[in-house]
Amino acid sequence: MTTSDTTTTSECPIILDVKGLSTDFVMKRGTVQAVRDVSFSVHAGEVLAIVGESGSGKSVASLSILQLLQPPGRVVAGEVRYRGQDLLLLSKREMRDVRGNKISMIFQEPMTSLNPVFTIEDQLTESIRTHMKLDKKAATERAIEMLRLVGIPSPEQRIKEYPHQMSGGMRQRVMTAMALSCDPDLLIADEPTTALDVTIQAQILALLADLREKIGMAVILITHDLGVVAESADRVVVMYCGQVVEEATAQALFERPLHPYTLGLLESIPGMEDTEDDGQLYMIPGMVPNPLNLPKGCAFAPRCSWAIDRCASDMPPLVELEDGRKLRCFVDVTAVEPAAPACAPAESAPAGPTPAGPSPAGPASGEVRA
Amino acid sequence: MTEPLISLRNVSKHFTMDRDLLGRTTSVLKAVDDLSLDIYPGETFGLVGESGCGKTTVGKLLVDLYEPTAGEIVYNGVDLAKVSAKERRRYCRDIQLIFQDPYASLNPRMTVGDIIAEPIRVNRLQPVEKIDDRVGYLLNAVGLSANYRNRFPHEFSGGQRQRVGIARALAMEPKLIVCDEPVSALDVSIQAQVLNLLDDLSEEFGLTYLFIAHGLNVVKHISDRVGVMYLGKLVEVAPKRELYRNPLHPYTKALLSAIPVTNPALRTKRILLEGDVTSPIDPKPGCRFAGRCYAKGECVGCACDDEMPPLVEVSPGHFVACYLHPGAR
Repeated sequence: MTTSDTTTTSECPIILDVKGLSTDFVMKRGTVQAVRDVSFSVHAGEVLAIVGESGSGKSVASLSILQLLQPPGRVVAGEVRYRGQDLLLLSKREMRDVRGNKISMIFQEPMTSLNPVFTIEDQLTESIRTHMKLDKKAATERAIEMLRLVGIPSPEQRIKEYPHQMSGGMRQRVMTAMALSCDPDLLIADEPTTALDVTIQAQILALLADLREKIGMAVILITHDLGVVAESADRVVVMYCGQVVEEATAQALFERPLHPYTLGLLESIPGMEDTEDDGQLYMIPGMVPNPLNLPKGCAFAPRCSWAIDRCASDMPPLVELEDGRKLRCFVDVTAVEPAAPACAPAESAPAGPTPAGPSPAGPASGEVRA
Repeated sequence: MTEPLISLRNVSKHFTMDRDLLGRTTSVLKAVDDLSLDIYPGETFGLVGESGCGKTTVGKLLVDLYEPTAGEIVYNGVDLAKVSAKERRRYCRDIQLIFQDPYASLNPRMTVGDIIAEPIRVNRLQPVEKIDDRVGYLLNAVGLSANYRNRFPHEFSGGQRQRVGIARALAMEPKLIVCDEPVSALDVSIQAQVLNLLDDLSEEFGLTYLFIAHGLNVVKHISDRVGVMYLGKLVEVAPKRELYRNPLHPYTKALLSAIPVTNPALRTKRILLEGDVTSPIDPKPGCRFAGRCYAKGECVGCACDDEMPPLVEVSPGHFVACYLHPGAR
């Protein structure tokens, strides 16, 4: 991806604008704030990746957008504007017209997301007939065309099959075909490749990139795999404990991660670099905090090697930096050494992807941002 | 060269899928087919392949959960099929397994302390009064507090449960631990913690690992030698660095290129394999990879469709099964 690409996508109109979205799960034991004041926008034709570990709220955010949340989950604040219209204010019936038509979703598990007692044909033509108002014959033709598009060999025969007759990669393709069958404006892909082998993953990612060029749809790619993000995303939103902690173009994020959590995630991936020494991997110390009992200040502070006193008491705001980057952190990690290197192997913590020397954008060493 | 700790010699594991009226086998799933492999003391051998390639079956053969259909498993110079039941139990103690799914592999009704103490008690590895100390020691060894012994598995996160699974395997004082995708179900930041722990334990307890994974990047970090499996066959075996610098088999090359990299400078042209892994049920004769092989055209006059190429040594310690390499023809 080049810089010119970035400017062209950001000049495109915003099709989805999420503002201050908060989703709570109210339970007997307490309230889990799964999504806390999350804002992001998607431009037409762009791939926006939402990255985070399990429990970071990335899937709940996407379900909130499509209003597919199951109780006790409930959107408590915010707005989700799709082409100017707030989806949260739509009636159930109006929402049905949007789902699967304008905005569609690929679910995480290809094994369980298809109905085992209906053929692929039944399942694919259902949404085509509903949204495109085609008759049965035309809908079947369209379904076959979609299956061919996603690379299923001899689709005329495969369409008569049941899900159990297909492999995982094939089922994921069927899910993709279903999501794409009504030419959506926006595709939400929730971990579309997590359950798949690497070679099949490469096929599906290549397919998504190809289709995006052909149909010109925008994609929200939800994943925990930073490798997948680096390969296919234009912009990245990093989530931790229900909040956005960093937002940047993919290129900027991988070249110069600014949030300690992003830095840790990138460092802890076993690399493919040809190094002589495969010593210890960098680890983020500790664990994700209990969502029922989040820390008072920054949610990442207890695991952060850069944390200062203020991090434990105040929540850092999401600040907009240069080039549309956003960051939720008091400390400038490119300028300050981690305070507690004892938690992490000394040689890998401060080095790594951050460029050596003081960064021109960041404040001088020891200075604090915000 | 030192003697291998354990050797698989031409081991096959076939499962009968279908029989005819007279009970004769008509359809066979060849999960592992004529596979030979040596694992040396103290090394970590990484075994890589896609789902359905038979890597887990190899692990289960090693821990004696499956009996081989053909071939022999030799441990410390003894053929396992020929030893007495008593010696066999001794062997089972030496080889332990860590499972893939930390949510399914711990009994939800037992405390963590009981889970770890059970193998010690059953095998009478410690006098009864010392079992408690041992459990505490093992919990500490895997980085958990000894006070956790009275907690139940549901109180732990995925990474912590995997640590409990590791402690349970260590309780048997094993020589070899078969790690069956131990980090696949874990988040990236937790993966690193568990990989580092396994690395530390191998030094502390003098362990040998067979590390099964489907991603070449995880294996690269932890292994000394790596074997690549495809449909029940080893297609390439090499010391780690050699394999990553100089992959020879077309399948290894495709696997390496399929890994998404976060460093844009390392991005290479992706080799996209067509189709899925073919079925291991009644495989066709010839190279198992032939149906998806993109390099088949390069090899003129090769017997790719007729006979599986043998695994030949092309440089010291680097074996490959492909007709593209002159030694195999």
